[in-house]
Amino acid sequence: MTDTSNTLVAADGTPLRRKLARALFRSRVRAFGLVLPLLAFVIAAFIIPIVVLLWQSVYDPRYAELMPNSTAAMADWDAKSAITEEMAAAMVADLIVVRKDKTIGKVATRINREISGARSTFTITARAAAKMKPPYLEALIANDALWADPELWRGVKIASKWLNPGYIANALDFKYEADGSFSRTDPERAIHVMLFLRTLEISFTVTVLCLLLGYPVAYLLSTLPARSSNLLLILVLLPFWTSLLVRTTAWIAMLQSQGVMNDLFVVFGIAAEDDRFSLIYNKTGTLISMTHILMPFMILPLYSVMKTIPPSYVRAAKSMGATNWTSFWRVYFPQSVPGIGAGALLVFILAIGYYITPALVGGQDGQMISNIIDFHMRRSLNWNLAAALGLVLLVFVMFLFWVYDRLVGIDNMKLG
Amino acid sequence: MKLKNMMTAAAVAALIAGTANAGSITVVSWGGAYTKSQIEAYHKPWMAETGNTIISEDYNGGVAEVKSQVEAGNVTWDLVDVELSDAVRGCDEGLFEEIDASVLPAGADGTPAKDDFVAGAINDCAVASIVWSTVFAYDSTTTKAPATISDFFDVANFPGKRGLRKNPKANLEMALMADGVAAGDVYAMLRTSEGVDRAFAKLDTLKGNVVWWEAGAQPPQLLADGEVVMTTAYNGRIFNAAVNENKPFVVVWDGQILDFDLWAIPKGSKNKDLAMEFLIYSTDTKRLADQASWISYGPARKSSGSMVGLFSDGKTQMAPHMPTAAANLTNALANDFAFWADNQDELNERFNAWLAKF
Repeated sequence: MTDTSNTLVAADGTPLRRKLARALFRSRVRAFGLVLPLLAFVIAAFIIPIVVLLWQSVYDPRYAELMPNSTAAMADWDAKSAITEEMAAAMVADLIVVRKDKTIGKVATRINREISGARSTFTITARAAAKMKPPYLEALIANDALWADPELWRGVKIASKWLNPGYIANALDFKYEADGSFSRTDPERAIHVMLFLRTLEISFTVTVLCLLLGYPVAYLLSTLPARSSNLLLILVLLPFWTSLLVRTTAWIAMLQSQGVMNDLFVVFGIAAEDDRFSLIYNKTGTLISMTHILMPFMILPLYSVMKTIPPSYVRAAKSMGATNWTSFWRVYFPQSVPGIGAGALLVFILAIGYYITPALVGGQDGQMISNIIDFHMRRSLNWNLAAALGLVLLVFVMFLFWVYDRLVGIDNMKLG
Repeated sequence: MKLKNMMTAAAVAALIAGTANAGSITVVSWGGAYTKSQIEAYHKPWMAETGNTIISEDYNGGVAEVKSQVEAGNVTWDLVDVELSDAVRGCDEGLFEEIDASVLPAGADGTPAKDDFVAGAINDCAVASIVWSTVFAYDSTTTKAPATISDFFDVANFPGKRGLRKNPKANLEMALMADGVAAGDVYAMLRTSEGVDRAFAKLDTLKGNVVWWEAGAQPPQLLADGEVVMTTAYNGRIFNAAVNENKPFVVVWDGQILDFDLWAIPKGSKNKDLAMEFLIYSTDTKRLADQASWISYGPARKSSGSMVGLFSDGKTQMAPHMPTAAANLTNALANDFAFWADNQDELNERFNAWLAKF
């Protein structure tokens, strides 16, 4: 191999192979150097925060960190047998410490997620904990009768697990039990699965509506002479350049019961003055405004694909006796499929995570899963549950993407 | 923008006046007519007297922003106007600085601060400035006049849509009061599952007739647009629309739910001492009384009550518009923050699920 007499050498005497490898390496480093800033940016601003947030869906060390003795004692308990003095003693010892450190609030908030109302049990007991004497279990019960309830201790056992599948279970309308099993959330509180399905339904309907309404527009754009098609294209792009909020509020002005549309309906006698249509603050409002807002994302890929379809193909089909419909369906339509693929995927994925529009015009039956994620981020401060819902949504979208790839083929779509 | 310019102008003026060691704090409140009342009554005189500047920001309630600032270790807010339940919960979670109430000055009549403030107004981490209330209001041109909270839930006799806050708070209490529960028994009843079922059953009777609102500025807008004939609202917002904009809106005080708004300092605020200085200044007897001339919220100090006079239009007497006026308290409920701190997780969950199927 290293027989120098046979290898080609460069002008300076080094083997050509090595010289070439070095040159290639250098250009690869340079290319990598060029993408490095972007890569670093994506990792720092996108990948790391997402991973950190999703990690929260199972990672909840609050109780375990603040109440180490109780956590250890709970680990030995099987969640069925009687409450032991040892568990009670560990609880009292920890409560004294968190009361002194003023971290009792954090512990109480955590417990309250498992057992509603237990917050005050914890804060009040912590106040008295320093004066308690053995037997501790009786002292606890004397302080608040709730301590005799095994349900409370089961809640403590769940909270003490720092690696906790409870949030993901909750995101799927299941309840994680202290003995490690899962049970269904009672129907009065189950909401997430229904919201996931509704999100799917709304996104799918919006995609279909965008396609039905956008296809003819894109076709018109690609066939009109340049002058008029440019004008039309600007009309398509104009809403695109307008703020999302402005467009959504404009729809409120249009659709509300005293709004422009309803006024017209009354004038033309379609609706009665005192019985106007409910076009907004419900699912209808969400569908109408989301379809309008996402329309350009359908039209533009369609247009760029249609622009490349030579009109001569359709003419050729017609010259051989095809009807208008046959020449469209058999010749034109198959060539526009990559555009449909791209547009549909784009609209669907944007729609599934849509948040601000349903929040403003959705009322109650037009809310999507992103609105409940927002609720847990901003209102209930249950970031763990918000992360779990986000994780489920992400996995779900990836699954859909995989199905889509199987059915349509990712290579089979074109953005332009 | 205008506000910022104004603040900058004030800052420049202060610098020219040669005031020593001027600082700047960021004060966050709820926006609209309410923030304006704070700027007029607290911010402006404080800036003029001390030469410090205040950057005023708006938010929509909740402690999420504070939580993310504290957890990221980058606290940019120095003083936040929070609801009582959020003050308690934020204090529990270690998001607010503890406040030593002994530094609060005595009232103008010499009453020590802890007796001068109404009960519950001073907390571990927060000091109240106003008493506000959730009431219901109607547009007198679109419906006959309802008199009691029961009428609000009576769609048969008072047809038309209702506006409700998209939150179980206040709605559940009002539902029970409308169902005939005495104000004093409401929270005891809500602590039982039958009571909660009963409240939701009452809310069910409004099915198909509700427009939900979230921001305080929405209810007067919903009334003005004719989207609803009556709506729950914060009393000050309705007062402002009625008096300043001459809207035909009327407040019904029956079944009102009283609550506090409090100042709290996010943990790790870089200007903690200055924020505390402003907190003390803004909750003295005179400032609290002054604020009541800009919006119809009651001062949290008893000694301010007698100093409340005319509205800023110079002709409307404020006293009858205060939630704390005796005539308005015949059937009133004080928000039980301990109840909500204990039960809000569960009730929110139930409310959300109920709402999704409403």
